Amino acid sequence: MMPAAGHPIPPAHALTASTLSTGPLPSGPPTVAGDPPVQDVILTPARWWRVMTLLSLVAGSLALVCLQLGTQYIGVGRILGLFASLLFGRPVDEQMVDTAGVILFQVRLPRVALGFLVGSCLASVGVALQALLRNPLADPYVLGVSSGAALGVAVAVLFGIGTTVLALSILPVCGFMGGLVALAVIYRMAATRERLPIHSVLLAGVILNAIFSALIMFITSIMEPNRSFGMMAWLMGSLTAPAYPVLAALSGYLLVGLLLLFKQVRVLNILALGEEPARSLGIDTERVKRFIFLVSALMTGAVVSFSGMIGFIGMIVPHAVRLVLGADHRLLLPASALVGGMFLMAADTVARTLFVPSEVPVGVITALAGGPFFVYLLVWRKDRLA
Amino acid sequence: MTWIDHAAQTLAGDRESGPVVHHAYAVREVHFRYGASRSQGEPWVLRDVTLEVAQGEILGIVGPNGSGKTSLLKLLAKLVVPQEGEIALFGRPLRSLSHELVAQSVAVVPQDSPQMFPFTVAETVLMGRFPHRRQAGWSLGFGWEDREDCQAASQAMATMDIVHLAGRAVTDLSGGERQRTMIARALAQAPRVLLLDEPTAFLDLQHQLAICSTLRRLCDERGLTVVIVSHDLNLASQYCDRVAMVRAGQVRTIGAPAEVMSVEVLQEVYGCEVLIDAHPQSGLPRITLPRQGMPFRG
Repeated sequence: MMPAAGHPIPPAHALTASTLSTGPLPSGPPTVAGDPPVQDVILTPARWWRVMTLLSLVAGSLALVCLQLGTQYIGVGRILGLFASLLFGRPVDEQMVDTAGVILFQVRLPRVALGFLVGSCLASVGVALQALLRNPLADPYVLGVSSGAALGVAVAVLFGIGTTVLALSILPVCGFMGGLVALAVIYRMAATRERLPIHSVLLAGVILNAIFSALIMFITSIMEPNRSFGMMAWLMGSLTAPAYPVLAALSGYLLVGLLLLFKQVRVLNILALGEEPARSLGIDTERVKRFIFLVSALMTGAVVSFSGMIGFIGMIVPHAVRLVLGADHRLLLPASALVGGMFLMAADTVARTLFVPSEVPVGVITALAGGPFFVYLLVWRKDRLA
Repeated sequence: MTWIDHAAQTLAGDRESGPVVHHAYAVREVHFRYGASRSQGEPWVLRDVTLEVAQGEILGIVGPNGSGKTSLLKLLAKLVVPQEGEIALFGRPLRSLSHELVAQSVAVVPQDSPQMFPFTVAETVLMGRFPHRRQAGWSLGFGWEDREDCQAASQAMATMDIVHLAGRAVTDLSGGERQRTMIARALAQAPRVLLLDEPTAFLDLQHQLAICSTLRRLCDERGLTVVIVSHDLNLASQYCDRVAMVRAGQVRTIGAPAEVMSVEVLQEVYGCEVLIDAHPQSGLPRITLPRQGMPFRG
């Protein structure tokens, strides 16, 4: 921010960037001629655009592959033809409309889109929580935010809200409130301790998960059996093709959340440096933390109310992206969103096609991929995390 | 006229009537403790602290463990707020300044900052530009670094002798390299006041010397004001204009090293006997620990 006209402290004439030039220290080793200039070792707009373009192209291609696969194979040419006919309104072959078209537009496309959205949101929330808690193992699922949201939704369903016309707007709110309870506990912990040890956050997550799971099990046990079965299926994490208006509402909701997180990328960078350095650089850390926790709870609540508990995406994806692309959140957050979307899209395709005609809950796939990775981070990379 | 008005007037007077000594900081009767919001507050960490930091000087804060040195530094940085008393930064009450405004003038180097995420050294140093960087609303808050930012960062890195580390991840650095990175980050902030907490704790002799003489030069040439918390009495004696001795939350004494660092004061503050003689080059006090069991002669 530029100093305003009524700047109460005289501007820093004494020590501006250009006067800081002091040359190499007399006692220091001479600077090596091949030293990289700053531009080469930081994130530049050019690199940002390169990486994001590449990732978007890969995401597009992967979406095409996922659309092909399923109980019935639909070729790429056919898919592109169907899209073209949809876009340009060309008369289409009767046969196409009857089978492939219905499968593609009524079942597969909304499902792939939902998978991408949910994956993006979980990965983005993971990035934000990791920076906030300075903990590379933070993840909405591990911290109990997802199960808190699930409990909120389960309570709503128990009282019959799930079957009313208001379900679409009320269930995400209930999920949000449940997730907020979990985040409030974590926030209180983080506020009372100077620096929150990684393992105590995980422990808090374990306890929260245990309590929320117990309550969810209690609720399912007192429900009618046929409803409790649906509840269990939803809890395991599943992406069922939503109707287009529902999908549009959800994506609007989640895109706003993503945008709000994207606006905080620079602040996330500084927060990752540490709480006190962030404050000494002029950030109102308490306000920013509350805001990001709130957005995270909102997004997790919405995602969980639609797709149940899909775990570990928020942990694996940011970690992998950080290894390859570096830690700058200006790239890490959008890239993780794309990679997270791709990951869940692919995992869901595996879930749909592995045991045709029956379907594996996608939460099972992500947990089987993410759990071992989590153990690896915890056990073998301990030096970094302690 | 309150003391704050007075400080503001000395600042204004500077423009009209030649050099008037004005203060970077004026601390008046400050009391501070942690957890004051709880019903049963913790004991006072700092009691009745009054001191001034002149512009362009290096002030050393020394004292035993737990005497409140770091808390005093945090008060100056507005990381914590005193329960009683006032602090003025360049004649303006610190209480009324926003964190952003303080950050544009004051840079802080914390004691030790272990890093979790593999930012490169250059990226970390550039974070010091945060308080100065303009942020356009349409750019989603990305705020890309401009040439001035990069220039400030590379100069700060050259000053701290870490140019060759620019591309390394901060998670892979040694303690001393990380410390130099954090000081470079503070310099890139282009501050008027630099607050350092144990800046030389992890550094080898060469870099201790280099950092101290760099700070000295920045003070002399650019009017930078420096406050250093240190355990190294000899370093404080050689490089500080004035030294404040803190003991049990109170400033025991403050003044030039030669006046303040006497056997009696050090014995009272630290509770142990020390030997003091003159530094062979500067003639400033040199503090040595006596050998156990040898006859002690003050």
